[in-house]
Amino acid sequence: MHKLASLLFAVGLAALLMALAAHLPLGATPMAIGQASLDRGPGEIASANIVTSVVLAYRGIDTMCELAILFAAASIAGMVLSPTTRSGNHAETKPRAPAGLVLRAGSDLLFPLLLTVGFYIVAHGHLTPGGGFQGGVVLAAAFFVSFLARADRLPKPAALILMEGLAGAAFIGIGLAAMLDGGPFLRLLLDKGVLGQLVSAGSLPLLYLAVGLKVGAELADLLAHLAE
Amino acid sequence: MNLNPPDLIVILTAGGVGLVAIGAVGLAVSRHLLRLVLALGIAESGGNLLLVLAGYRWDAVAPILTGEAVTRPMVDPVPQALVLTSIVIGVGVQALAVALMIRIKEAYGTLDIRELKARVELDICGEAGITPPQSSDSPRPGQTFPVPVTVRESA
Repeated sequence: MHKLASLLFAVGLAALLMALAAHLPLGATPMAIGQASLDRGPGEIASANIVTSVVLAYRGIDTMCELAILFAAASIAGMVLSPTTRSGNHAETKPRAPAGLVLRAGSDLLFPLLLTVGFYIVAHGHLTPGGGFQGGVVLAAAFFVSFLARADRLPKPAALILMEGLAGAAFIGIGLAAMLDGGPFLRLLLDKGVLGQLVSAGSLPLLYLAVGLKVGAELADLLAHLAE
Repeated sequence: MNLNPPDLIVILTAGGVGLVAIGAVGLAVSRHLLRLVLALGIAESGGNLLLVLAGYRWDAVAPILTGEAVTRPMVDPVPQALVLTSIVIGVGVQALAVALMIRIKEAYGTLDIRELKARVELDICGEAGITPPQSSDSPRPGQTFPVPVTVRESA
C-alpha cells in the first residue's frame, strides 16, 4: 500500500513536471541575462569560456559563497569523523592488508598523470570546458589513488588544511585587492590580454587556481577521513 | 536513427523528469539510509539535467569562443554556471550525509530507518528518564488479563 501510494505520487509528479515542461519554450529559450553575458563577456572579461566569465566575473560572490558552503560541509564531515570525537573503541584503526602489485604499479603510473591533467584543467578553465572545481576534483583523486595503494602515503592533514586556508584567503584577497584598486569586490584585475591566450582574462586564472587548490585540498581531506 | 533536434529535447526532458521521479520513488520506498542518499543523488542529477535543458537552444553551440568567427548563436551560459554550483554543493551534501551515516552505523549498528527510529526513541526516552511511549492497547507492566470465558462466534 505504501509502495503503491509512492508510485502513484511519482507518476503524478512526473506528469506534473511534463505538463509544465510542455508549456516552456524549450529549445528556443528567450535569453536576457545570458545574451548580455554572451555579447559583453568577450569584450569585458576576455575569457574564451563564457561560462567561466559568468561563474567568476559576473557571479563571483556567488562562487565565493559556494566555496564557503563546500568548506562548511567538508569541515563538518571532518569534525563528525575525527577520531577525537568518536567513542574510544572505534578510535584505533585496523592495519589494512597491503595493496596488490597491480594497484601499486597503477597508482604510481596514474599519480603524475592525474596531477598533470588536474593542473591543466585548472589552468585552462578560462579557455576550455573545465576550471577550478573540475580540476580540483581530479587533483584530489590523484592523492586518493596513491592513498589507496599505500596507506602511509596519506597527505598530512595539517598541510591540507593550510593549503585550503591559504587558497580561500587568496580568493578573498584577490577580491579585496580589486576594492583597494577602487572597484567593486572581485572586479577583474590585471591586464585582460588577448582572447584565447593562456595568460588572458586578467585575474580569472588566479581565482580559478585558488578554487582548484581549495577544492582539491578539501576533497582529499574528506576522502581521507572517509577512508579511515 | 535520425532524430530531429526538437524530438531530442522531448527525450531529454522526459529523461530529466524520469530521473526526478525515480529519485522520489527511491526516497519514499527505500528503508536503507545509503539507498536514501543514492535516491537523493539521482533526483538531483535529474534536476540538474532539467536546469541545463532550460538554457538549451537546439540551433546553438557551446558558449566557448574558439577563435573562428561566430556564425551560430550560443546557448545560455547562465544555467550552466548555476548547474556547476549545484553539482559542487550536491557533492558536499552527499559527503556530509555519508559521514553522518558512518557515525550512525558505529553508534547503532544498523542503517535501517525503522530500526533506527525505534532505537533512537528508546535512547531519547532513556536520557529523559521517562518510560517509552507505548500504544494505548499495549499491556502495562503488572497488568493482569481476564481469562476469556466464552469464545464469541463470528457472525
